[in-house]
Order: sequence, then structure tokens, then C-alpha cells
Amino acid sequence: MTAGAHSLEPTAPAGGFTPILDAETRRDVRRRTVSGRRRVFDRSGRFVLWATVIVTAIPLTAIIVVLIAKGAHLLNWHFFTGDIPAVTGQSSQGCADISEAFRAKYGMDCSPPRPAMGPAIIGTLLSTGIAALIAIPLGILGAVYLNEFSPRARLARTIRFFSDVMTGVPSIVMGMFIYTVWVVRLGTDGRSAFAAALALACLMLPIVVRTSEEMLRTVPDELRHAGLALGGRRWHGIVRIVLPTALPGLTSGAILAVVRAAGETAPVLFTIGITLTPNVSPTGGNTTLAQQIYNGAKSGDRLANELAWGAALTLVLVVFILTAIARFATSRFTRSLEG
Amino acid sequence: MLFVLVGIVVSTTSFAWPALRHSGLGFFTGSTWSSKSNTYGALALIYGTVVTSLVALVIAVPLSIGVALFATELCPPRLRGPLVSMIDLLAAVPSVVFGLVGLLAFHDVLQSFYRTFAGPAASGTSFLTAGIVVAFMICPVITSITRDVIAAVPRSRIDAAWALGATRTEVVRTAILPSSTAGITGAVMLGLGRALGETIAVALVVGSSVQISANVTEPGYSMAAIIANTFNGEGNMMNQQALMGLGVVLFAITIAVNVVARIVVDRSQKRLEGAA
Repeated sequence: MTAGAHSLEPTAPAGGFTPILDAETRRDVRRRTVSGRRRVFDRSGRFVLWATVIVTAIPLTAIIVVLIAKGAHLLNWHFFTGDIPAVTGQSSQGCADISEAFRAKYGMDCSPPRPAMGPAIIGTLLSTGIAALIAIPLGILGAVYLNEFSPRARLARTIRFFSDVMTGVPSIVMGMFIYTVWVVRLGTDGRSAFAAALALACLMLPIVVRTSEEMLRTVPDELRHAGLALGGRRWHGIVRIVLPTALPGLTSGAILAVVRAAGETAPVLFTIGITLTPNVSPTGGNTTLAQQIYNGAKSGDRLANELAWGAALTLVLVVFILTAIARFATSRFTRSLEG
Repeated sequence: MLFVLVGIVVSTTSFAWPALRHSGLGFFTGSTWSSKSNTYGALALIYGTVVTSLVALVIAVPLSIGVALFATELCPPRLRGPLVSMIDLLAAVPSVVFGLVGLLAFHDVLQSFYRTFAGPAASGTSFLTAGIVVAFMICPVITSITRDVIAAVPRSRIDAAWALGATRTEVVRTAILPSSTAGITGAVMLGLGRALGETIAVALVVGSSVQISANVTEPGYSMAAIIANTFNGEGNMMNQQALMGLGVVLFAITIAVNVVARIVVDRSQKRLEGAA
């Protein structure tokens, strides 16, 4: 459905349609048949559409520019690996009022703390990773059931409807849910990367189900029939034919769900606790980049703000790269099905 | 999944029950929210949620419909790929980053801008700022569903309009928009659902002041935002339970909006498929 097919302009005619008149003649015809008032209306309509696109492009551009301006100089090896410095309020001033000689004599380290996000990167990977391990297999199984088996169409429709509705549940409500069923039971020890992962998995599940289902639906039925005709069982057909065919599509759906989870702050706030040092265990307090950005943004401290900018740039870079990979996978999938 | 949905209702409501019983109907009609006096009236917070969402819709709806129409009808083929990527990336930017940029980078600019027309009470962190930030966050949702709805408009109607000699804008006005009104309404409601539940970005830029004010440039608060900023499971238990009660109210509102929106979208698509 290219725009050219319906316009009078000589752009890429679709469906074998060959323009009868050359471009100049058609433009001429048009100028005579369309009255001035209609032409002005048409022009202004086009102008408005162009304007909306440009206005929508502004925030994305602004975010990228601001993040790079404020965060790029902070990113270095230490930022990715070092412990998160404690924000005390005076930290940005160091100890300027103490003399050089005194500092040297007592071996005082007065260099201002360097911003770093190591533990938050570990926490983000850990909580998102566990959430992905829970939600992606479950979601794909659910989608296979809905699309390949679903004995009663009505049941499948109901599940589909509720997974759509569940996508709209505010993420903070998911956080409160996991808080009441997990953290309250276990006390403050219940706050951990695992608890956060549970909340994130609840968010990811409906996304994975819906995108996987879309992808499975685009796998042509002929492939399934071929599998059955060769005497294979239904499960063989699904495992050896349908799933491998849909794999790039499933991957991209899964990545998009991961992107969503990695950037979520609200469900993590009261389920993960806090730490300033690396914690690679799923239990015990942990922290994520998103949570650090939130804390840093709320604080008026310069160091806290720097931490937030650096963490934001890191997070956005990761998220953009993952999104690009997902888009690439989708385009390869649709192309392979067309070819 | 049904289990999770039911679980959310049961566990959060039972947690919040003592506070809801303490406040009674005043929970919905009172507008004082204070942990010191243990008075919990959510009206100002509900007002804040509704106002920021409405501001967001007023900005986002024309933009999204415009972008969707542009992408399907006007876009040069070469530009379509980058345009879709742009919308995808906008959707991928985490909420907290929107909040961070809105608060630390644009606060002063917006504040001086508001003050030129809204007087000295205007603040860079306000209902309006929250609305603007949320608008750009829900744009991708509305745009992508609107694009699907427009793509489902029967080709025959559009071709008929072209054949009658309509200009492009006239095709949009006479053939595309009338057939897709119901679907676009649904898309807008889904956007509304997102806007109502949007938490972190709002928590950062809304100004954190519990008040009902007709001036949208004054600082306010919303349900999701106050939960994010003050819920920690410690301290005054009644306060915590009341916040959980807010979560229940928020959940109920967004579920209702989403259910209606889904029904509208599904129905309009089915009708168009029938017409094609």
C-alpha cells in the first residue's frame, strides 16, 4: 500500500499500474481541475501532517541531545564497574577547607567521589534476566497453546482479551501486588532482585504472549500441513517446523518485552531494596539503573544528578540497541516468509 | 494470567482494607491527604491524575493521528522506515528518562515560559509539565493502533474517493477518517489508560503538592505519583494502607478504561473487515 498508488504524482506505481500520462501533463490537468480553494485546503492539510511529524520528532531528539551533553563525559570504565558513591550532600565539595599538608600527613583522600554505576548494572541484568527466564518461556508456551491448540475458540478469545487488558495495568500496581504477596510475607528481607523480577515478569508476560501469538499466526498453514502429511505428530510439527520458522519473530517480541522491563522503575521501587555495592545474588537488597536515575533525579545534589545522567545514558543506549536488534529480527522474519 | 489479575485485586484490597474502612466514603470525597492527622481523602489526587491525563490527550491525540495519517498516506516511501524507527525508539525510552530530562533539563525553560502568561504562581513542575511529558509517552501507543485502524479501512472506499477527483486531504477527510472514527476512539482510550497509570515520569515533574487547582501551571500530584514517592512499607501503617487503597482505585479505573477501549477497537476492526 504505497502512497504512490493513490496519488496523481508519478511515484512508484504499485501493482503493475502504469501511468498513462507523463508527470507534467498530469500536474497540468490537476491544476486546472482543482479549484484554488480546494488546493489551499489540500496544501494546508499536508502542511499540518508534516508539522505533527516534526513536533513528535522534537522530544526524541531533545532527549538524545541532552543525554549525550550531560552524560557522555561521565561514561568510562570506572563508571560501569565501580561502586556507587554515597551521596552525602557535601560530597561534591570534597574537603577543600583542609590544608594540603594536613591531608598528605594523614593520608586523607580528598578527591571528590567518582560517579559509578557498577552495582546497578549488575542489578538490572539480574532482575531483568530472571524476569525474562520466567516470562519468555511461559509466554511463548501460552501463545503456542492459544494459536495451535486452543480447543475452544471462545476460551482463547477470552484469554487474548485479558492479556490485552493486562498490558494496560499500570506498572506500579504490579509492584504493589508483588509487594503484598512477597515482600510483606518475608519482611524487609523479601526485597530482592528476585522479588523485582517477579513484578517485571508479570509486566512482560502479556507482552510476550501477544507478540508471539501475532508471529505464530503469520506462519503459513501449509507448513503445518506439510509436517502432518509427512506423518509427524502435532508436537513435532510445532517444535521442528513452526517454532523455528517463527524464531526471529519470537526473538524480537521477547526483546521488546525485555526492553520494557529493563526501563521500568515503578514496580522495582518497593520490591528491590537498595545497595551501593555489587550483589550478584537474587536474594538480598539490590538496585537497578532505573531506580538510580529516579533517586538521582529527585535529589538536588550535583553528584546525584551526575549519577542519574550517566545511568540514563547507559540505559538508553542499551535499550536503543536492543530495539534496533528486535526491528532487524522482525524485518528478516517477514522477508523470509515473503521469500 | 487471570490468576494474576484476580490476585492483584484480592491481595491489594485486603492490604488496604483497614485504611479504606477508616476513611469510609471520605476516601473519595475528601481532598486532604495527610499522614500527620491520618486523614485520607483522595479527591485531589484523583483530580491530578485526571487533569494530567486530559492535558496529555489534548496534546497527544492530534499529534498521533497526524503521524499515523502521514505514515500511511503521505509519507515518501524512503522516509517510512526512519519514521517507524523513530516511533519505536520513542516508545522504548524508559519513563524515568522522560522524567529526568523533563525535570533537570527543561524545568527552568518551562517555568519562565509559563510565568509569561500564567503569573508568578506557575511552576516548572506542574500538572501541565506532567501532561506534556506524558503526551509524548503515549504518542507511540496511539499512533501504532491508529495506523492499524487506518490500514484496515477498505481500499475500495479510498479508491472511490480518489476516482471522484478528491485531493489527498479530501480523501483523508471523506474516506479515511469517517471509517476509522470508532477505531481511533479506542486507540485514544488505550492511550488514556496508559496516561492514567503513568507513574515515574509524573512523580518527577508534577510538583508533589496535593491540591485542586484550575490553573494547570501550578504544582499538583497524581495517584500513581504519590504512591511512587511515598510508599515504602515503613512508618505510619495507616498511611501505607491508604496508599495501597489508591493503588486499588487506580487499578479499577485503568482496567475499566482498558476493557472499554479494547471492546471498541475490536468491534470497529470487525466491522471494517466485514465491510471490505
